[in-house]
Amino acid sequence: MIDLLLQPFSYDYMVKAILISALVGGVCAFLSAFLILKGWSLMGDALAHAIVPGVVLAYILALPYAVGAFFAGLLAAGSMAAVKHKTALREDTVIGLIFTTFFALGLLLVSINPTAVNIQAVILGNILAISQSDMVQVTIISVICFAVLALKWRDFMAVFFDESHARSIGLPVTALRIAFFTMLSAATVAALQTVGACLVIAMVVTPGATAYLLTDRFERLIIMACIWGAASSAIGAYASYYLDANPGGLIVCLQTAVFLITIIVAPKYGMARGWFVRRAVRGING
Amino acid sequence: MTGQDVIKITDLSVTYSNGHCALDGVNITLHTGTICGLVGVNGAGKSTLFKSIMGFVKPSQGSVKIHGDIAQKALKKNRVAYVPQTEEVDWNFPVLVKDVVMMGRYGHMGFMRIASKADHVAVENALERVGMRAYENRQIGELSGGQKKRVFVARALAQGGDIILLDEPFTGVDIKTEDSLIALFHDLANEGRLILVSTHNLGSVPHFCDEVILINKTVQAYGPVETTFTQENLAKTFGGMLRHHRLIGDDLHDDEDPRGLTVLTDDERPLVLYGEEGGEQIRKLNKKGRKRTT
Repeated sequence: MIDLLLQPFSYDYMVKAILISALVGGVCAFLSAFLILKGWSLMGDALAHAIVPGVVLAYILALPYAVGAFFAGLLAAGSMAAVKHKTALREDTVIGLIFTTFFALGLLLVSINPTAVNIQAVILGNILAISQSDMVQVTIISVICFAVLALKWRDFMAVFFDESHARSIGLPVTALRIAFFTMLSAATVAALQTVGACLVIAMVVTPGATAYLLTDRFERLIIMACIWGAASSAIGAYASYYLDANPGGLIVCLQTAVFLITIIVAPKYGMARGWFVRRAVRGING
Repeated sequence: MTGQDVIKITDLSVTYSNGHCALDGVNITLHTGTICGLVGVNGAGKSTLFKSIMGFVKPSQGSVKIHGDIAQKALKKNRVAYVPQTEEVDWNFPVLVKDVVMMGRYGHMGFMRIASKADHVAVENALERVGMRAYENRQIGELSGGQKKRVFVARALAQGGDIILLDEPFTGVDIKTEDSLIALFHDLANEGRLILVSTHNLGSVPHFCDEVILINKTVQAYGPVETTFTQENLAKTFGGMLRHHRLIGDDLHDDEDPRGLTVLTDDERPLVLYGEEGGEQIRKLNKKGRKRTT
């Protein structure tokens, strides 16, 4: 039995997959703590789709894929800002317009160059077959993002909570915003490897949303989200060995399952509390 | 009661990138130890003036000096505390009352914003001061409108500047809370701070302000409330934007008394002027109001 449970760890590729997934899951969860508070969740999704053509181009030109992804992300964010500035369209319309355009461009590039890149790996992720160089890229991105967030999370919190006040106490608000979106793009690129472009949104939303139901303190929200983001990603990658399943799908399903349980049993904001309170009230009245 | 000059605004004009000119040729010098009201219609440049004092917008002409420094430098020294409107913030944000007040201390902390003993003491004192100590462990969304305002004022106090800017502090609070906030502002001004309050609430200006700035793109009138907050100046500032009711002598009295009653309001507590010209009783009203609130 123990032998069977330890079996995945005897394979180098499984150990790598589990560790990298945990690292990326933790960083994405850290970002999710902020993202869910601003109504910017869709931004993560948009970025993940928008960087696909960049990744494809990078593969075609034999550049590190992170470079292509980064410039595509920057271009997408820039186009969104430009369209929003020049027209009176709503933000969600602009996001929908731009990210589908970029995604379509990516698909087009792949269909023209079918041999250059495995599009399925970009869309669905393929952590089990991650190359050595990709692994180094993902690790560097994740460690830098995590360090910046761990050191400066209070500054980011102040900016997200009340931007005018943050500015009035002398915080560099614009620089912090740019730093946040740069990290979001970078983490999205890293998460492409683990869960793929389609499911990145779950990684940067679900852990934060789960922790949000459990606490009123931002510090604890971050800690819970990070632990759960890392753990769920590691467990998902590990379990994929036995189920012979796509790790990305497993990770996100696992995160969602825990979110659903939390909705019901969360001590303060859960639905169960409402049921008990109503029953108790009925008991007293009846 | 004029103290030391703190804010010196010289020939300030602000034009936004879309070509809209929000302020034009503003000249004011504000002093410590005063409560100054900032009154004008929406779009008259009240918030632009605030933003200029905090250095958020670049003047196209002129300058704002705070204790002789440009605004950005003054912010770094935590000179200016800003109390925003309640609606500007997401009250579902997962922070407790004491966390919000602690954010006022960030400018005093190091790179990682780790709170020291002194920071905790400052937060406790600020909460005590506004009577919110008992609520320090509440999530901010659980507070009433007036309590939310107090938390923001506590954050400004914790920050410790001698200039406090308040943006419409009386919207959405009941009269009782308004009176207690006004009493607090008086104490803060007496301790040598400058309190600059933008308000729609014309009726309370004579109650709590020492000075008033009437603004409409440029300063229409500035000076002590008694001499500046007159019907003539208000009419000049607001143009046709005020609701204006005047009950003249014949409607009020059966005798020969020629005095009339004037009620001016834009949307909140109305300003009531009583007298032959409609304005000469303002000094008396002010004194009465002051007695009530201090």
